[in-house]
Amino acid sequence: MATLDRKLIRDVVHLRGQVIAITLVVACGVASFVAMRCTYKALLASQATYYANYRFADVFAQLKRAPDSIAARVNEIPGVSQAEFRVVADVTLDVPGLNEPAQGRIISIPEQRRPMLNDLFLREGRYVEAGRRDEVIISGAFATANKLTPGSTLSAVINGKWQKLQIVGVALSPEYVYEIKSGEMFPDNRRSGVLWMSREALAPAFDMKGAFNDVALTLAPGAVEADVIQRLDDLLSRYGRLGAYNRADQISNHFLSNEIAELQVTGAFIPAIFLATTAFLIHLVLSRMVATQRQEIAVLKAFGYGNYSIGFHYLKLAFLVVLGGIALGIGVGWYFGLKITELYMEFFRFPVLRYEADTIVIVSAILISLGAASLGALAAVSRAVSLPPADAMRPEPPARFRSGFIERLGFHRLVPTSVRIILRNLERRPGKAMISIFGISLAVGLLVVGFFLYFDTIGRIIEVQFYQVQREDVSVAFHEPRPAGVKYDLAHLPGVIRVEPYRAVPAELRFQHRTRRIALLGLESAADLRRIVTKDSQSVKLPPDGLLLTTQLAEILGVESGQSITVEVLEGARPVRKVAVMGTVAELIGLSAYMDLRALNRLMEEGQSSSGAFLMVDSLRIPELYAQLKQTPAVSAVSIPEVALASFNQTIARTMNVSTAILIGFAVIIAFGMVYNGARIALSERGHELASLRVLGFTRGEIGFMLLGEQAILTSIAIPVGFALGYGIAGLITVAIDTELIRFPLFISARSYVVAFLVIAASAFLSGFLVRWRLRRLDLVAVLKTRE
Amino acid sequence: MGHNQQSAGTTAPPTLASAPTPGGRRQSPAPIPLPPAITTTPAKKNLEQAAPVFVARGISKIYQMGDIQVHALTAVDLELYDGELVVLLGASGSGKSTLLNILGGLDVPTSGEVYYRDHNLTVDDDAELTRYRREHVGFVFQFYNLIPSLTALENVELVTDIAEHPMRPEEALQLVGLEERMDHFPSQLSGGEQQRVAIARAVAKRPEVLLCDEPTGALDYTTGKLVLNAIERVNRELGTTTAIITHNAAIADMADRVLRMRSGRIAEVHRNAKKSSPENLVW
Repeated sequence: MATLDRKLIRDVVHLRGQVIAITLVVACGVASFVAMRCTYKALLASQATYYANYRFADVFAQLKRAPDSIAARVNEIPGVSQAEFRVVADVTLDVPGLNEPAQGRIISIPEQRRPMLNDLFLREGRYVEAGRRDEVIISGAFATANKLTPGSTLSAVINGKWQKLQIVGVALSPEYVYEIKSGEMFPDNRRSGVLWMSREALAPAFDMKGAFNDVALTLAPGAVEADVIQRLDDLLSRYGRLGAYNRADQISNHFLSNEIAELQVTGAFIPAIFLATTAFLIHLVLSRMVATQRQEIAVLKAFGYGNYSIGFHYLKLAFLVVLGGIALGIGVGWYFGLKITELYMEFFRFPVLRYEADTIVIVSAILISLGAASLGALAAVSRAVSLPPADAMRPEPPARFRSGFIERLGFHRLVPTSVRIILRNLERRPGKAMISIFGISLAVGLLVVGFFLYFDTIGRIIEVQFYQVQREDVSVAFHEPRPAGVKYDLAHLPGVIRVEPYRAVPAELRFQHRTRRIALLGLESAADLRRIVTKDSQSVKLPPDGLLLTTQLAEILGVESGQSITVEVLEGARPVRKVAVMGTVAELIGLSAYMDLRALNRLMEEGQSSSGAFLMVDSLRIPELYAQLKQTPAVSAVSIPEVALASFNQTIARTMNVSTAILIGFAVIIAFGMVYNGARIALSERGHELASLRVLGFTRGEIGFMLLGEQAILTSIAIPVGFALGYGIAGLITVAIDTELIRFPLFISARSYVVAFLVIAASAFLSGFLVRWRLRRLDLVAVLKTRE
Repeated sequence: MGHNQQSAGTTAPPTLASAPTPGGRRQSPAPIPLPPAITTTPAKKNLEQAAPVFVARGISKIYQMGDIQVHALTAVDLELYDGELVVLLGASGSGKSTLLNILGGLDVPTSGEVYYRDHNLTVDDDAELTRYRREHVGFVFQFYNLIPSLTALENVELVTDIAEHPMRPEEALQLVGLEERMDHFPSQLSGGEQQRVAIARAVAKRPEVLLCDEPTGALDYTTGKLVLNAIERVNRELGTTTAIITHNAAIADMADRVLRMRSGRIAEVHRNAKKSSPENLVW
């Protein structure tokens, strides 16, 4: 080993405290990068494999009813490779151990098992037996949430009658990787599930013998998706089409792809913070090292070491410092990634999880970290290289100080001498102070953004969605639209205090060449149980006529308030009308189009029909109501926002706790790394001065104040800067994550700021304490004899 | 050389400014514009009759340097008297710095006892030693050790802020002839000026002992003498017991007593019958 390299290793050993702090920061950066990239790739690969192996369809369509003879014509559409024709029905379920009625979507499967599109992966049990009319296979998430296994039974209202169903298997389907009802934001796997039943058993019960109401198809290579969708729509229009759509609009795939895309964004953002911090720390530590070693550098140059070898020497030192972090980060990141992916598996259900160590990810992690280290080392290395040997032989000239702003402000007489020392030290090296402030503020910002993403956003969405929008206790949906009288029937159910009927009709909205399928929602003008609320919690009134669109939907259609769009209703008499857009509303979730209930009834050329109702209920009589609703065949679905919320909170609680712990750990490491290194460098620069003061009779506490006061001031400045930074990044995120599914409200709670403050203050305090402890080891005798 | 000779019982000694500079001497320093005497000098009794400020009995100091034991001091007995100016003379490694560090409360002996008046320094913990240094000791270092971020005045204030009965910082700077350069930062002062600020800083709290470790070690001849002048003046006008350690034998002439150290022992004690004024020292 070259002697210069031996010096390198001794330098690293000498700096071990600081090296450990940097190692941890690098490790966090690499770990978060590796974990998030591996999770991203695992989800992507699992999704792709699952879709391919289980033949996830490319195009989907629902319709009212078409005879089987049409199937052949669907198969003849150019570009269609394979098609599956199914019967799908929504039913009310009675699940053992559950008071509330649950909702089931029953999907037909061939009586004899054969490979099909959206094929089932049987997790437990077996396929249905031919000839058995009461056997079902249930979906994985629903089975897990209700602890149902093969052998359990449940009941469903099928064709107006309660029927007992035998569970023979538990399965996963690529159509239901994320099991959520359409129109919902959060899954409620206890109260809603998917059931598969043989077509021979299902079809007669829903008057679908020799017919189908659901099509799924795959495309042949080279097929143009839009053309196939168009032809399918044309073909099915006589049979009550509800509009064909592609994978992007398939709800489970939409959520899953959305999550994968978000993971890609956050997977870049968090490691970037760590790498920036790494570069800062390397810069601070190496600059200081070159300053203290200027005489050694001069000697080396005098002995004939070239600029290249000296520059490379310090660059190698930077690399050596990050190397441990990289190794640690890759190991930890790989493990964390696995754990995160496993957490994802609680929401997204795949038959096989493809989590693999990815060489590209690992190589990129190494290259990016070395890049950050080189960037941080740049200034120090070039200073070492450009140092003229004769100059460097002399010790560094005494630090120059000037009167600073406190003198200019004129109140320096009021400031104690010790505070003046602190202020002038800060003022003398504004660049260094800025780097420290920025580094610490990154930690603060990371916390603020993390809390924003994990708590404030979800908290706000829950607040708006469950307390301002969905104010009903229970909502019910009917199989078929019901006339006005249903309001009074519902009002007579046990415990019902208030009934607000609504009308939901599937429709296609068209403006110029742009089209969108949507459920048009008609609400009573005086609706109180269901409100329209903007993302800033403003309640919006429905216009008596015309449409109110969510801002996102208006943008998709390219329509502005005051213009008219074409509404093609996909139900009943299927009227096609021009309707004026009367306004837009910026909602948090989804795409919606609202109309006044009466206006919608007029558009539909029907009487006071409703498709369901929102109910306010006396909580004491809820069990009675549930029992009654389970017995009401007209009701196809019952949802209870409160229990859905509780179940959601329960589901995500663990994920939240893990995320919070990781986030706080990350921020603590950054803040600790910055403050500890800052204080250690200050100690190295000013150790001589502080030791002199100790000789003059200053106590350890007094010099500790002079040393750490600087870090305290930097931290106090960095905290508000970090708040602003966090707010800014949160703002960028709300712009970046503005999907059809969700818009993030730019709202950061006081709690987030307070927790961020406490975490950063505590880590700064801890690192200060560790450095203060080193003041014990100041050599008082040496200062009498040595020049700095 | 009688003008500046300090004799017992002198109550109003001449000030430095009034001291004439005899001609014919090599490189006599330029006269420093010093103000008239500003403090009343405590009457000096016969030194031998006064109670000693320091009494050291049988102090030894052994350092463990790796596998080797270094005997820095071996059974040293010592008294320093009130108002006395003592020069500790010796080659490097003779133990003079160790002795000064022990007297200054920076170090404790391995064995033996050191009393500052009736206070046993050898049993003090770190906090008590800190308080001792803070209240009673003024230090002057070889390399000045001023705080670079503070002006001359502020460097002095730093100490007066924590002292019980300090003089005004301006007064201390006047004493060393630097009242004109009070608002300069250390980087704007010459070495000699920096050392005089250090002396002002050391004496501003009216310490009872002034300990100077090679105060001229980093200075040229001319400035060195200016600095010694300042120390001598403090000793004379404030009556501060002063110990200077140096390897420069010429400085010994300005002392009341000279302790010559060799291999960790006091090899020789010598009392100057006539003290030389720093101006008259030649080396």
